Amino acid sequence: MAKILEIRPLTPVTKLYRVEAPLVAAAAKPGQFVIVRAREGGERIPLTIADYDRDAGTLTIVIQEVGATTRFIGSLAVGDEILDLVGPLGMAVEPPESGHVVGIGGGFGAAALLCMMREFTALGLETTSIVGARNKELLILTDELAAACNNVELCTDDGSAGHKGFVTERLAQLIDGDPPGKPDIVIAIGPMAMMRAVASTTEGTGIPTLVSMDPLMVDGTGMCGGCRVTVDNEVKFACVDGPLFDAHLVDFNEAMRRNKMYFRQEQRSTEREACLRRAAGQD
Amino acid sequence: MPVKRVNKTPMPERDAELRSHDFGEVNEGYGIAHAQFEAERCLRCQDPVCIDGCPVRVPIPDFVHKIASGDMRAAAEILRASNPLPAVCGRVCPQEVQCEEQCSVGIRFKPVAIGYLERFVADWEMEQPEGEQPAQPTRPEKVAIIGSGPAGLVCAGELARLGHPVTIYEALHAPGGVLRYGIPEFRLPKDVLDWEIEQLKRLGVEIVCNVIIGKTLTIDDLFGKMGFSAVFVGTGAGLPQFMGIPGENYNGVYSANEFLTRVNLMNANDFPNADTPVMVGRRVAVIGAGNTAMDTVRTALRVGAEQGLIVYRRSDQEMTARVEEHQHAIEEGVEFHWLTNPVEVLGDDEGWVTGLKCVKMELGEPDASGRARPIPIEGSEFVIPVDNVVLSIGNRPNPLLLQTTEGLDSNKWGCLVVEEGSAETSLSHVYAGGDAVTGAATVILAAGAGKNAAQTIHADIC
Repeated sequence: MAKILEIRPLTPVTKLYRVEAPLVAAAAKPGQFVIVRAREGGERIPLTIADYDRDAGTLTIVIQEVGATTRFIGSLAVGDEILDLVGPLGMAVEPPESGHVVGIGGGFGAAALLCMMREFTALGLETTSIVGARNKELLILTDELAAACNNVELCTDDGSAGHKGFVTERLAQLIDGDPPGKPDIVIAIGPMAMMRAVASTTEGTGIPTLVSMDPLMVDGTGMCGGCRVTVDNEVKFACVDGPLFDAHLVDFNEAMRRNKMYFRQEQRSTEREACLRRAAGQD
Repeated sequence: MPVKRVNKTPMPERDAELRSHDFGEVNEGYGIAHAQFEAERCLRCQDPVCIDGCPVRVPIPDFVHKIASGDMRAAAEILRASNPLPAVCGRVCPQEVQCEEQCSVGIRFKPVAIGYLERFVADWEMEQPEGEQPAQPTRPEKVAIIGSGPAGLVCAGELARLGHPVTIYEALHAPGGVLRYGIPEFRLPKDVLDWEIEQLKRLGVEIVCNVIIGKTLTIDDLFGKMGFSAVFVGTGAGLPQFMGIPGENYNGVYSANEFLTRVNLMNANDFPNADTPVMVGRRVAVIGAGNTAMDTVRTALRVGAEQGLIVYRRSDQEMTARVEEHQHAIEEGVEFHWLTNPVEVLGDDEGWVTGLKCVKMELGEPDASGRARPIPIEGSEFVIPVDNVVLSIGNRPNPLLLQTTEGLDSNKWGCLVVEEGSAETSLSHVYAGGDAVTGAATVILAAGAGKNAAQTIHADIC
């Protein structure tokens, strides 16, 4: 059980949760994830660790309400408990020895950059976060990221904040030498389409690029194999071999197709959840 | 006096047509009359060789004799003192190659139905009002157990009986390991498993779920800040193997582990009341012919498949499934494709499975496993139209603990290395047993390893 200590709405559909999880917080490292089962009969879903506080024994996760489970979590209040939370899972990111690290966060993926960039900055690396969203209201954690890295670059589709356009356009400008300058390594976390676009932006530039794969999982410990991702023509389990992989070697087409495997069932679950919530008078 | 009867008292079973559409238990269990009738067949041999066939060395003739004489309480006490999981073992052990294979009655007749009798006694005990709380562990040496599958549970029960406080750490949200996520409800009802686990808790065993040793805590943490005197690793063999054939990542291809976990642990059969779905089309092909393959294909029928198929590259003579599981699958209408090796999963433009391309095989000389080697027949490729493919071709030990524990030795298959005939690993005071050491085997071999390890641990730390 993980007690919710704080809830902060970030956008109309995204909330930040700080939960009590001392053992996980003590062991967590940037790039890792947890598996959460929110209720009896609930599914197990992977969530990237956004931040952790070892002294306080707390873990920060950011949840976008898109399906039955995430909407259910969205209905919880401070003091409520998340039934099961286990981790940290997956391999942590290996910090580069030196140079300019550019983290790219799309949508709620920006949250996962938080602890990663803070650690890199503390190690003396030059750090830049490029975060993007459709508009200014949907950009999240920009102040926190500003405190965690040397530079933060904002991108919005409508130009309501920062660069007007995609994160990949801003990345291309940096690669061309725009301040704060060419990246030595790029780490992208966000929607699959964005990560694929980042991969093609750095393709052929010689800039090592990592993406955080987010396939469907059941156990998260290597037991089910549902999270298999093809990397360099080899099958990997994202839960134990990843979730970070070389962006230029990932088979994104297959990964995107596999993530849609339960599309119809997910719709059915989401509708059912909405019905239950209406019946309970919560919506 | 023993009574001569050629055949075993048959196990009452639910009708195949009915049972293949629900998750109710297939075997209904003996009543008292069946059990006493069967127990009378035991010869009470001077040298009870049946015990040699049992990895946990249950004193079989003693408890069988108590059944015959109608003293079920005494039978239950004898059984439980030697095996902490009698209701489980009575249901899932391959008795035909263990105790019952050794049984002297079996030399001329069918052996005594020891497994059915074991199950009867455990089920009888389950029906009784709960007795007094057993004595709690008082020894100062605490033992940590990693994994709550059969090896871990039996090791815990034995250590608790020897007076040690025991804590089991389980990675999943519910205890039982493969007994929970792997073996289906129709063979091992979850309330039976829950009851067995409850008995261990009554002995003072503590179970902590949602903790992964190697990730949440390390083995060093267990010795250091947690203050354990010994650690038993019973992490099983949970890493599924794939064939490496084209099309294995099409939508609709599962490992047996994933397919069974979705149903057994996550209740996908109850979707959308439970949140986890499982994708089942009209025709489901399961590759492999072990017990897990039979469990998988029979589960597929119960979650809506119209036809379940077993595809196996060897013949029925070489399959590793128990006779009873094979027989039940036949009764439930499973289609068997022997000497058939899949070479490619076929899919449509959107990446959904449409078929399984196979090649016919013939049997050659025995291979390393002692079984006839299957050889492909050239030009015999053909396609079986299917909507799902589930791979049940074996599991390897999970690498998580090894990845983060320095000095813990394993072999090239990822199995932990222990001293010959013992449970000692390469690390001091770290012991291991079950599938984590042997690779995928049976519940009872894991239970036997857990019991032996408990005795070694007790001798080493006291």
